[in-house]
Amino acid sequence: MTIPGRLNRDQMAWRAAQDIPGGACVNLGIGMPELVANHLAAGREVIFHCENGILGMGPMAAPGEEDFDLVTAGKMPVTVLPGAAYFDSALSFAMIRGGHIDIAVLGAFQVSRTADLANWSTGEPGVTPAVGGAMDLAVGAKRVFVLTTHTTRDGTPKIVEACTYLLTAAGIVSTVYTDLAVIDMTENGPVVREMVDGLDLDALQALSGTRLALSPDGAVLMAPEL
Amino acid sequence: MTIDKRMATATEAVAGIKDGAIVLVSGFGEAGNPTELVHALVDQGASDLVVVNNNAGTGHIGLAKLLEAGRVRKVICSFPRSAKSVVFQELYKAGKIELEVVPQGTLAERIRAGGAGIGGFYTPTAAGTPLGEGKEARVMDGKEYVLEYPIRADVALIKAERADPWGNLTYNKAARNFAPAMGMAARLTIVQVRKIVGLGGIDAEHVVTPSVFVDRIVEIPDPVSEAAALLEEDAP
Repeated sequence: MTIPGRLNRDQMAWRAAQDIPGGACVNLGIGMPELVANHLAAGREVIFHCENGILGMGPMAAPGEEDFDLVTAGKMPVTVLPGAAYFDSALSFAMIRGGHIDIAVLGAFQVSRTADLANWSTGEPGVTPAVGGAMDLAVGAKRVFVLTTHTTRDGTPKIVEACTYLLTAAGIVSTVYTDLAVIDMTENGPVVREMVDGLDLDALQALSGTRLALSPDGAVLMAPEL
Repeated sequence: MTIDKRMATATEAVAGIKDGAIVLVSGFGEAGNPTELVHALVDQGASDLVVVNNNAGTGHIGLAKLLEAGRVRKVICSFPRSAKSVVFQELYKAGKIELEVVPQGTLAERIRAGGAGIGGFYTPTAAGTPLGEGKEARVMDGKEYVLEYPIRADVALIKAERADPWGNLTYNKAARNFAPAMGMAARLTIVQVRKIVGLGGIDAEHVVTPSVFVDRIVEIPDPVSEAAALLEEDAP
């Protein structure tokens, strides 16, 4: 379906980044969430946490300057900023589980209307199970932002009544940022805060697996050309 | 008698590891792996091992080499799947190795608890998910927790940056990861370090792992980089 206002991956990351306040300590999941670091609002200082023991992570390492003792959760060579700290895995996850990380930005296979997240396994036979830090981040971060396309490639909704994939954690998603909408997960279910131009609630509803409500402050979801 | 935990070679450092041992291996992906110690363990020959690592080896080096040699009965880890974890994936799909997947924070805390004399702990991680199934659950202050038990091991193989003869350790950047907790949780902790300095050569304020947790140290001045080795394997 052609929707003129549909966001690309960088625009989705940009939109989520605009909701990260200055001073926040943020953990970015592997994949699209990592793009969020490129789109922070000017003048907002944010400290990035990396599960393998880094606070104050900087940009990715330039080619030729990689240090393989300094990598991201996705095992990519990275840098640190002045003010950074290193620590061990037990302390890193104490930070996560103990509620010291303000925002975790994670990917998703599914988000349910009760804010459950499924993002670690589709449960397909033949695929080796692997969870990493996803469950700890989901239960431990003060707020969980989910960054994901609104549907799968074949059009199956990712925002659903109940997750059918294996659960990562229950009731923990704060806001979902998709290529079509910004949706806050509330006690009364998903509430659409913003939708891209050219889309109305009925059209968005048709691409969603559970009933959506429209915020009275509903606005058009716009992002710069990226 | 003076205390001196230095060993001359990696071979000497891994002597005496028995069949069936539970072995903690430090590292996150390719950062902080005690590759030379693991290779010495391959040569030493102990088998039927249970290995605890965050991952499950990549390429054909280090932990992957130990797996490939058929020495490992079971892997306990958080993330065994990566594009380069070919050896583990083949063994797993062939039913030749057991796997226990543990959320990374729970894995780290189980190891820490093992070293700290804790009999078990309740964590919110995995509550209400398939990885929490069958575990004793409790609701405390309105939040659900599951009971997790400590991991205590026979041996820890870890990598550090510097050691003194007593076994005080410092690390290098994010290569620290699981090593400090693993060093606490084993009856025999064996460390490879890039450099051994004299007593007092590490400022007491800068010690990360205090010497009491360390049993044997071997200096490996120029350890192989598993990440670089993998890049070479990929090169045409």
